[in-house]
Amino acid sequence: MSASTFGSGIRRREDPRLITGSATYTDDINLHGTLHAAMLRSPYAHARIAGIDTSQASQAPGVVAVYTAADTEGELAPAPCAWLLPNSELKIADFHCLAKETVRYVGDIVAVVVAESQYQACDALDLIEVDYEPLDTVVEPKQAAATNAPQLHAGIEGNQAFHWTVTGGGDIGEAFEKADVVVSETIVQQRLIPNAMEPRAALASYKPATGELTLWSTTQNPHIVRFLCSLVTNVPEDRLRVIAPEVGGGFGSKIAVYPADFITVFCSKRLGVPVKWVESRTENYQATTHGRDHIQEIELAATADGKITGIRATVWAGMGAYLSTAAPGIPTILHGLMLSGVYDIPAIHEDVYGIYTNTTPVEAYRGAGRPEATFMLERLVDLLAAKIGADPAEIRRRNFIPKFDDGHDVVTGLTYDSGDYAGALGKLLDEAGYAQLRADQAAARENGRYIGLGLSTYVEICGLGPSQVAGAIGFQGGLWESAILRFHPSGKVHVMIGASPHGQGEETTFAQIVAGELGVSPDDVKVIHGDTDNTPMGWGTYGSRTTAVGGAALALAARKIREKAKIIAAHLLEAAVEDMDYEDGKFFVKGSPDSSKTIQDIALMANVAWNMPEGVEAGLEATSFYDPPNFVFPYGAHLAVVEIDPETGHVELKRYVAVDDCGPQINPVIVEGQVHGGIVQGIGQALWEEAVYDEGGQLLTGSMLDYAIPRADRLPDIEVHSTVTPSPHHPLGVKGIGEAGTIASTAAVYNAVIDALQPLGVEGVRMPLTPERVWRSIQDVQERN
Amino acid sequence: MKIPISVQINGRQYDREVEPRLLLVHFIRDTLRLTGTKVGCDTSQCGSCTVLLDGVSAKSCTCLAVQADGASITTIEGLAGTDGLHQIQESFWNKHGLQCGFCTPGMIMASQELLRCNSDPSDEEIRHGLEGNLCRCTGYQNIVRAVRDAAGSMEGGSQ
Amino acid sequence: MYAPEFQYYRAASVAEAAELLSKNPDAKILAGGHSLIPVLKLRLAAPSALIDIGRIEVLRGIECSSGTIRIGALTTHAELAASAELRARAQALAEAAGMIGDPAVRNRGTIGGNVAHADPASDLPQVLSCLGAEFLITGPQGERRLGASEFFEGLMSTALGEDEILTAIELPEAGAGEGSAYAKFAHPASRYAVIGAAAKVAANNGTCTAASVVLGGLCPAPVRAEAVERALVGRSLTDEAIGSASRATAESLDDDEVLGDVYASAGYRKAVAPVWVRRAVTAAASRSG
Repeated sequence: MSASTFGSGIRRREDPRLITGSATYTDDINLHGTLHAAMLRSPYAHARIAGIDTSQASQAPGVVAVYTAADTEGELAPAPCAWLLPNSELKIADFHCLAKETVRYVGDIVAVVVAESQYQACDALDLIEVDYEPLDTVVEPKQAAATNAPQLHAGIEGNQAFHWTVTGGGDIGEAFEKADVVVSETIVQQRLIPNAMEPRAALASYKPATGELTLWSTTQNPHIVRFLCSLVTNVPEDRLRVIAPEVGGGFGSKIAVYPADFITVFCSKRLGVPVKWVESRTENYQATTHGRDHIQEIELAATADGKITGIRATVWAGMGAYLSTAAPGIPTILHGLMLSGVYDIPAIHEDVYGIYTNTTPVEAYRGAGRPEATFMLERLVDLLAAKIGADPAEIRRRNFIPKFDDGHDVVTGLTYDSGDYAGALGKLLDEAGYAQLRADQAAARENGRYIGLGLSTYVEICGLGPSQVAGAIGFQGGLWESAILRFHPSGKVHVMIGASPHGQGEETTFAQIVAGELGVSPDDVKVIHGDTDNTPMGWGTYGSRTTAVGGAALALAARKIREKAKIIAAHLLEAAVEDMDYEDGKFFVKGSPDSSKTIQDIALMANVAWNMPEGVEAGLEATSFYDPPNFVFPYGAHLAVVEIDPETGHVELKRYVAVDDCGPQINPVIVEGQVHGGIVQGIGQALWEEAVYDEGGQLLTGSMLDYAIPRADRLPDIEVHSTVTPSPHHPLGVKGIGEAGTIASTAAVYNAVIDALQPLGVEGVRMPLTPERVWRSIQDVQERN
Repeated sequence: MKIPISVQINGRQYDREVEPRLLLVHFIRDTLRLTGTKVGCDTSQCGSCTVLLDGVSAKSCTCLAVQADGASITTIEGLAGTDGLHQIQESFWNKHGLQCGFCTPGMIMASQELLRCNSDPSDEEIRHGLEGNLCRCTGYQNIVRAVRDAAGSMEGGSQ
Repeated sequence: MYAPEFQYYRAASVAEAAELLSKNPDAKILAGGHSLIPVLKLRLAAPSALIDIGRIEVLRGIECSSGTIRIGALTTHAELAASAELRARAQALAEAAGMIGDPAVRNRGTIGGNVAHADPASDLPQVLSCLGAEFLITGPQGERRLGASEFFEGLMSTALGEDEILTAIELPEAGAGEGSAYAKFAHPASRYAVIGAAAKVAANNGTCTAASVVLGGLCPAPVRAEAVERALVGRSLTDEAIGSASRATAESLDDDEVLGDVYASAGYRKAVAPVWVRRAVTAAASRSG
């Protein structure tokens, strides 16, 4: 590999268009004759629709059409749930694109207006009269699971969408019976709003003459959109082209294919003209999927010297009013299977109840299940440390899985690939100056200052994943990736790839992979993605899988090219293929590097094909499909330092130090950027963010005025370090880094706050750790004493 | 009732008739098709729509097009002039100050305002100066680096 | 989000604006637009017309003469924050203006629009109340002048008549030995004041001779913390004395009046308000005689 490209922090290839305002996001596309759609959304969280009168709206200026559920009969199937979790009594309620008879959350679509301008469409929404008969609502998952709770869906008893369990290792009951120490806690993993900066949008353009439809979509996975959209709207997959143009962040919220997307397609089909829909931020908060929303009752059994002997948990996961595209897999497969974390735990049992509530559907949100698992473990381990009077770092060391480099089985059934968890923690403690920080903390306490240190050590599952496993766990798709690598006569390269990056920088990292494998300049490699007509099949960008899976497909395609190029080079140099050597883009006879053929020489010859070896096809192009043999398991150790103002409850994040191991880093600058962003999202959960509903199902944090997204002025510089442990089964050894920061940081900050409050006797505070919550926790203890 | 307005954007004169309720950002994006300026929220929080209005930063989602009649506006497309990149753009590129890029035009325009008011800001002042612009990807750290880098490169030089 | 339709008039003078206002009963005055446009976009209001006073130059600017500061209604928050006169003679106002929203908001938002909107979570009402500001109003009956306690009536409500226009705000310059300051607990999302405390202190040889302390953010309209003021006057301005006086804040906060929301309850705001009062008074004292 060329050291100058693979592993180098080169500037991103995608940036020139982004910094000049010339990038094209979905809402930036203006097709001639486009009409504009606006969705009428239910203001009630649960109500029967007694009647809808659209007559006035239909007559409003500029209005071309108004549709309700009755108009789409037979033309729009319900929005599908595509993760059919097995052995879980899964009950999928129909998620009608336009509500029929009943609305079940504030944001459920009741009607759509299509007009000549967005202003006119919005005006007409006010003229639609809907007669709602309000029904009782329930917004909290454990309450929704209780008897006597309002029922959302006929035939789905107790609002239970599924009940999934994981049991592994020894007898969990016995572990707790024999335990010297048991610690337990109830945790509310509050509901979060992903807040990709680009709101969701869809532009559908149907050509009646050919029956072809192009859909521009703000999606993380255009091929899945094509597949599901063809099923729901009856546009055959061969006539349906889905383009993810520039996409402004997703964080999981652009995985699902939404009712509004299907409705936009329906409108274009029905009217025969392009129709565009762009959500407002208010709509985004109401109807684009949320994340987390767990109530976790957790307990840990251990020996007197702090060796963990068992973990037991019951989780109520709020799913919202309907099951979104991938929703059932998030609080189960991506959560429960990770309950061993970085620790050697002999017995684990978890029950997860997926519960319907009168709220926005919940989906993957950065980390997706793994932050919730890490948080549980890291709380329990800190509770254990407090209980037996050990330092939190020491208790972790006592329980870590020892260093391994080629597979380690945990009792939940997973086989981790490689890891040195104690190594990561050791580096963290050194870089942070942990011993000194503890000394400073003690001194500060003497002076009445409340400083806290919080650790979080994590392992995550990513690079999703072996397709055979996908099938076994009910995911209704494959999880491989594919790449086409094509050399043009001048030696320039096109990469067509099914993955669909949207900010992660893979146009650059993929070019670096090609450069590393074939010795070309990354500047000579154009990466084409996000268009189902121009790229091979792919399953999308989520679960930190794009570089891990798509990158592997690309590396394998490059290696195929190298093999073919070697044959051509041997022919041109009149040598035997076995005698050929390759180095940094040059092919030569072993021992004679001065007489060589460059990859560009061979690209030209292969394309003109004037002098090809017998039986070798023209062209220099390869396609590769990579179906990973296992997941990859990045890991790390993070530390947060906070100070609390006990008078007001304000938390100041003073320092944040991270050590992450994602294997070899193709572009360390991009890796660092992913770590920064991920950590800040997790800090947001700990300190500021929460989607709050009132009892009637109204979203009280319904805009950016109320929902607190981290801002620049409230954050310290994050200190980023790494260790490098290659994955033994991956062609490049790489793991994934997109979600690591978020998975680790919430627990680190939370643990730091609890550590700071320890002298005051506070044991737990509900997240987010707002000044009032922290202040009240202090008051409560003082009142009790 | 449409109102005639005359606005100079990125050095070019535009004369149009607009509805009074048309927001400046929609005038820029939808009427003039200058789509570099973005809309990320509806409550003036996110800053994606930041432009320079008569030389100072403004949120174009919270301004009517009619209010900008007679004004001179610079959007991300016009920041650098006709050739090359503005130093702030260059620094955002060099310091990996962006990921998905959606907040970037507004962030760069806000950075321009910040450096106009303070040519040698501390990191704290940079963070404070960007309080009106949200980014969900970068955690802001490389944006701060980019602005610091731009300040260093622009010092004493031309903008 | 898209505002409903309305007529638009651009007034060239205060007289013309007043005339337009009398002819269009449901009209609203448009200045910087930073309070009004968000309301229109969310369709929480649907005025028949907007009367744009943004180009009336006489409404703009800060003038100091014979001990009085006159601030035109169209003066922006950025201009207030950057004003050397205010930073010398009405520190709390410059300080508070610099904490409103963000730089782009401060470049467009105006003092007149801000106080006419009378958002309880705003910053300027409590500061202007604290500094003894008067509000100059033009209407069909000519000009009138109101003190802050008359001007701010309650939640989003002022004494400004539907046919009246706020033209300027006047306040006394800080006299010898006087200092003022503003301390703010900002909401992490909106940047509005959860609690905003404005304090003006006059001191002679370290002893407080007069004090004005007004709280905002947590009540429908600015609230004068009279008990704190009383406790300060005549005392030496030590940290201890200020801390002790600040604890009297609650006496001025009527439980029925204190606002709470999903972020910070009324009880919490009331309990921690003394901290911000103390910070404001401490800073004001450090700037006083």
